Amino acid sequence: MSTRTSTTPVTPRSMGTRLDRVDGPEKVTGRATYAVESAAHDTGDPLHVWLVQSTVAKGEVERLDPAAALAHPGVVAVLDHTSAMRLADTDDGELAILQDPRVHFRGQVVALVLAETSEAAREGAALVEVSYREEPHEAELREDNATYRPETVNPAMDTDTEDGDVDAALAGAAVLVEQTYRTPHEHNNPMEPHATVARWAQDGTSGEVLDLVDSTQGVHGVAQTVGPVLGLEATQVRVRAPYVGGGFGSKGQPHAHVVAAALAAHAVRPRPVRLAVTRQQMFALTGYRTATISHVRLGADADGRLVGLEHRVQEQTSAVKEFAEQTASPSRMMYAAPARRTSHRLAVLDVAVPSWMRAPGEMPGMFAGEVAMDELALACGLDPVELRLRNEPDLDPETGKPFDVRRLPDCLRRGAERFGWADRPREPRSRRVGDWWVGTGVAAATYPAMKMPGNEARVTALGGGRYGVAIGCVDIGTGARTVLTQIAADALGVDPGAVDLEVADTRLPSASVAGGSSGTSSWGSTVVAAAQRFREEHGPDPAAGAEVTASAAKSPAETETANHSFGAVFCEARVNRWTGEVRVPRLLGVYSVGRVLNPVTARSQLVGGLVMGLSAALFEESWRDPRTGHVVTQDLASYHVAAHADVLDVDAEWLEESDEAFTPMGSRGIGEIGIVGTAAAVANATHHATGVRVRELPLTPDRFLS
Amino acid sequence: MRELDYVRASDVEEAVALVSGDPDARYLGGGTNLVDHLKLGIARPARLVDVGRLGLDGVEEQDGPDGRVLHVGANVRNSDLAAHPVVRSAFPVLSRALLSGASGQLRHQASTGGNLLQRTRCVYFQDVTTPCNKREPGSGCSAVGGYGRQDAVLGASEHCVATHPSDMAVAMAALDAVVVVRGRQGERRVPVRELHRLPGDRPDLDTTLEHGDLVTGVELPFTDAARCSTYLKVRDRASYAFALVSVAAALELDGDVVRDVRIAWGGVAHKPWRATAAEEALTGRAVDEDAVRAAVDAELAAARTTDQTAYKLPMLRGATTRTLLRLAGKDPS
Repeated sequence: MSTRTSTTPVTPRSMGTRLDRVDGPEKVTGRATYAVESAAHDTGDPLHVWLVQSTVAKGEVERLDPAAALAHPGVVAVLDHTSAMRLADTDDGELAILQDPRVHFRGQVVALVLAETSEAAREGAALVEVSYREEPHEAELREDNATYRPETVNPAMDTDTEDGDVDAALAGAAVLVEQTYRTPHEHNNPMEPHATVARWAQDGTSGEVLDLVDSTQGVHGVAQTVGPVLGLEATQVRVRAPYVGGGFGSKGQPHAHVVAAALAAHAVRPRPVRLAVTRQQMFALTGYRTATISHVRLGADADGRLVGLEHRVQEQTSAVKEFAEQTASPSRMMYAAPARRTSHRLAVLDVAVPSWMRAPGEMPGMFAGEVAMDELALACGLDPVELRLRNEPDLDPETGKPFDVRRLPDCLRRGAERFGWADRPREPRSRRVGDWWVGTGVAAATYPAMKMPGNEARVTALGGGRYGVAIGCVDIGTGARTVLTQIAADALGVDPGAVDLEVADTRLPSASVAGGSSGTSSWGSTVVAAAQRFREEHGPDPAAGAEVTASAAKSPAETETANHSFGAVFCEARVNRWTGEVRVPRLLGVYSVGRVLNPVTARSQLVGGLVMGLSAALFEESWRDPRTGHVVTQDLASYHVAAHADVLDVDAEWLEESDEAFTPMGSRGIGEIGIVGTAAAVANATHHATGVRVRELPLTPDRFLS
Repeated sequence: MRELDYVRASDVEEAVALVSGDPDARYLGGGTNLVDHLKLGIARPARLVDVGRLGLDGVEEQDGPDGRVLHVGANVRNSDLAAHPVVRSAFPVLSRALLSGASGQLRHQASTGGNLLQRTRCVYFQDVTTPCNKREPGSGCSAVGGYGRQDAVLGASEHCVATHPSDMAVAMAALDAVVVVRGRQGERRVPVRELHRLPGDRPDLDTTLEHGDLVTGVELPFTDAARCSTYLKVRDRASYAFALVSVAAALELDGDVVRDVRIAWGGVAHKPWRATAAEEALTGRAVDEDAVRAAVDAELAAARTTDQTAYKLPMLRGATTRTLLRLAGKDPS
C-alpha cells in the first residue's frame, strides 16, 4: 500500500507565508478538546483515577490498606501490586508499575484509586494507608559517584569519543581554559499537565482493544510502547491526541501514568477512566532534565585557534531505567579543534526517571561549551565573535563529511550588526547605569537536522478540487497542523483552503514523534512524497476517491552531509549592584534553519526557545532533597519559570535560505535551537557586566553578591 | 470527597460567634492562601465562614487614641489599597509593598486582613508527605538540613525556619500599624509588630490571635516619616515571586541628620522583622553608605545563616543601603 517515493523540491506558494493557525478559532473559543476534556465528549461517563505515590525512595511496600479509601463515598476500587492486571512485558522499569512491591524512587506509583468523581478519587488516595520496608538510598549526584559508563547516550550516540592526542595538544597550548560548569535538574512543565483517558473493549480478542486519548507528542509511539507492555499488538491500541498543550519532550514517550490509566480501565472495563496528572505529580512522574557537571578543557594557540578540546560530562540516571543525556555531543562537531575528547559518566540513583527536555544534550552541553569559549576569548584577548569565526571548521569535525549548510559565521555577523555588538567595551565591569551593571554577551547555537523513519501519508481526492491529507502526527501547539496544510497545498498545487488535514490518530498513517526538531522535516517530506506520487498517478484532475499512501525516500543529504542548524544569541544583561538581581532587557537570536515555512508559527518556536533558555539561565532549578529523593520545588511558586515582566525585548531573526538537499520544502527544523546557547549568552553577558564569572545555572542574585 | 460547610456571615458579631464556637471553623477572606491550603491538605476545616461581605471595605481618615490614622477595613482588596490616593501620598511604602506582591489577579482577590494572616511559607509545610512542626507539632522540621534558600536568618528556632511571605505586613510593621481585632471579649487593638510571632517551640502558631478573633481593620498612623517611605523587594524574577529579602523604610531627617527612621525587613524571619537596632544606630546620624552598613550589621549581629541563606546578609546590606540613600535624597549611583 505504501510506496517509498523520492521527492523533488516544492515550489513555495503558501510555504513561507503568514497563514493563520488553522486551529486558532477552536483554541481561542475553548472548543479545542484536550485529553481530559475528551471524556465528556466521546468516551462516555468515566471513572476518575488518582495516583498514590511512594513516600520513600527505596524499599518495598510492606502493607497497603485500602479499607479507609474504599469506605469513602464515591470510591469504586483501589488497585495495587496485588490486584492490578499483570503486564506482559516488564523490561521498562518506568512503565512496569503495580507488578511487585518494589519501590525504586520517591513518588513512584504504588496504587490507584478509582472513584466516581475527581474529588472522591483524590480524597481516597489520601486515605490509602501504605507502610514501607525502607532501604538506604542514594539520590544525590556528585563528582565521586558519577562513574558508570553507559553503553550509549541518547538517542544512540557514542558514550565517549577521542580524536587526536588531546593531552599533548592541551599541554602544548599557548592558552588553556580549564573549568567546571554545572546545570541543575530542570522540569519541562508544559502548560497542559499530562492526562490520559482509557477504555478497554469488553472482550476484544481482535481489532482495537484499548482506546486511549492521551496528551502525547506521538500517538503511534504510545501504541507501539504501551501495547506490548499490556500484551497487545500496537494495532490493538488506538491512540488519539487531538489537542496538546505543549510537551517540550516530556510527552515524547509514554510515562507511568499512561500504563496506570490502562490498568485502571482494565479493572472496570468497558467503563472508561480519566487520569489527570497534577502539576506536583509531574515533578516525579513525567521526566526531567538531569543535572549536569561538565569538565571542560580548551587549548588554543596564541591566535585563539583551538588545538585541543576536552568535554567530560558527569550526570545522573535512575536505577529503574537508564537515560543518558548526550551533553557533550555538541562539542564533537562545533569547532575545528584537531584533537578532541568527550565522555559521559553517570551516577545511577534511586530517583525518578530523567528523560527528554527541549534540546537534550545541546542545552546543557552548549551552556558549558559556550561559556568556556567566552573565557577563552578573554584569555586570548579576542572578541568572542572573532574567536568563534577563527574556529570555523571546513568539514564536520565529528564525521569528516562536508556540512550541508553551515552558516554560523553569517548568524554571528548579522546578529552582531543588528545588536550593536561593536559598541561594547572590551573590558568587563565597564558600564554602570544607575543601580545596574550593564554588559553584553554572545553564544553560538546548534542543533542537528533530523528526519525520523516510520512515516506515511495519505492523499485522497475528495472531489470539487478538495483533497484529504492524513498523517497521524500530533500538533502539540507548534503549528504543525497549519504548516502541514501549507506544505500539502504547495505539493498538490492548490490553495491551503482546499486541503482537509487529519492528524493525531493511530487510525491514520503512522507518524513519528513531535520531537528532536524533526516533526516538520519528517512529516512534511512524507506529505510531499504522497502528494507528488498522487499527482503522478492521478494527474491534475483526479476522480473523487482517488487515493495514494506513500512514504518519503531518504534525501541525499541524509547520508552524504552533516546536517545541522546554527544560530547566534546576543544578550544584554543588567545586574543590580546592591542586590545582585539579574534582568535581561535585550535578547536576540539569529538563525540558519533552512526555509521558514510560516513566519508566525516559526517566530513562536524560536522566541519561545529563547524565552525558555532565558528562564533556564535565570530561574529554573528543581531541588531534590538527597535525604528523601524528593523534588521539593514541586510547584510553579517554587520552581520559577520566566514571567511576563522578565521577558522584555526578545526577538528572533532567520537568514534567508532553502535547504532543498535536506527536505523538499527546504526546511530543517526549528523546535529546539532557540533554547540552545541562550543560557550561555546570558551568563557571558552577566560576566561582562560585573566581572563575576558564574559557571553554574541558574544565575540567581546570590551568585553576584560577595 | 470531604464535605465542607460554607456559611456567609452577615455581620461581625455573627461571624465571631460562628467561628469562636467551632474549633473546626475558619474565616474565609479572599481565599488566596486558605484555598491553596485546602487543596494541598494542609488545612482541613469543617466549616468556612465567609467574611467577605461584612461591610469592612472602607478606607477613611479617623482620629485614633494616639492621633490621626487612616483606617483600612479588613476586606479592602490589596489592589484597591495600593491605588488609594491617601495611601499613595501618605504611606507610599505600603502602596509599593502591595504592588510588589503576588500577581494582578491575586491582588484583586486578596484582602487586607487575609494578607496579614497568611501562613508562613516553606516547601515542606506545603507538602503533607514530609514532617513539619507547623503542620504536625512534634513531627520535626524538614527544612533544617533540607532546601533552605528562602529560610529565616533571624529569630528562627530549631523547630521552624520558615519565613513570612507578606510584603504588605512588612510595610505595616515599618509604619507601626495597629490591627483592630474583634473577639469574644469585644474589640481590641494589637500593634502589627505584636500580631505575628516567632516560632520558638510553637511554630504551629503564626500569630498571637485566639481562635475566633477576627481582624476587622488596620489603623495607619500619619507621620512625617511615613510620607517619606518606600519598599524594595529583592527577588529572582521581576514579578510574581516571594521576596528573597525586602526592605520597608521610612525616614524623617532634621537637616542631614536622622530624626526618625523605621526599617522593617521581609524574607528574613517568621514575622516581618522590625530592625530596631539598626534604627537606633542610625538615629541622630547622617545617612551615608558606611552608616547604613554599620546599622545593618548591628541588627544582623544576631543573624544565623546556613550555606543556603548566607547570601541574605549582603543582600540586606545592599538593599537597605540603597533604600535609605534614596530616601535621604542621595543618588546612590
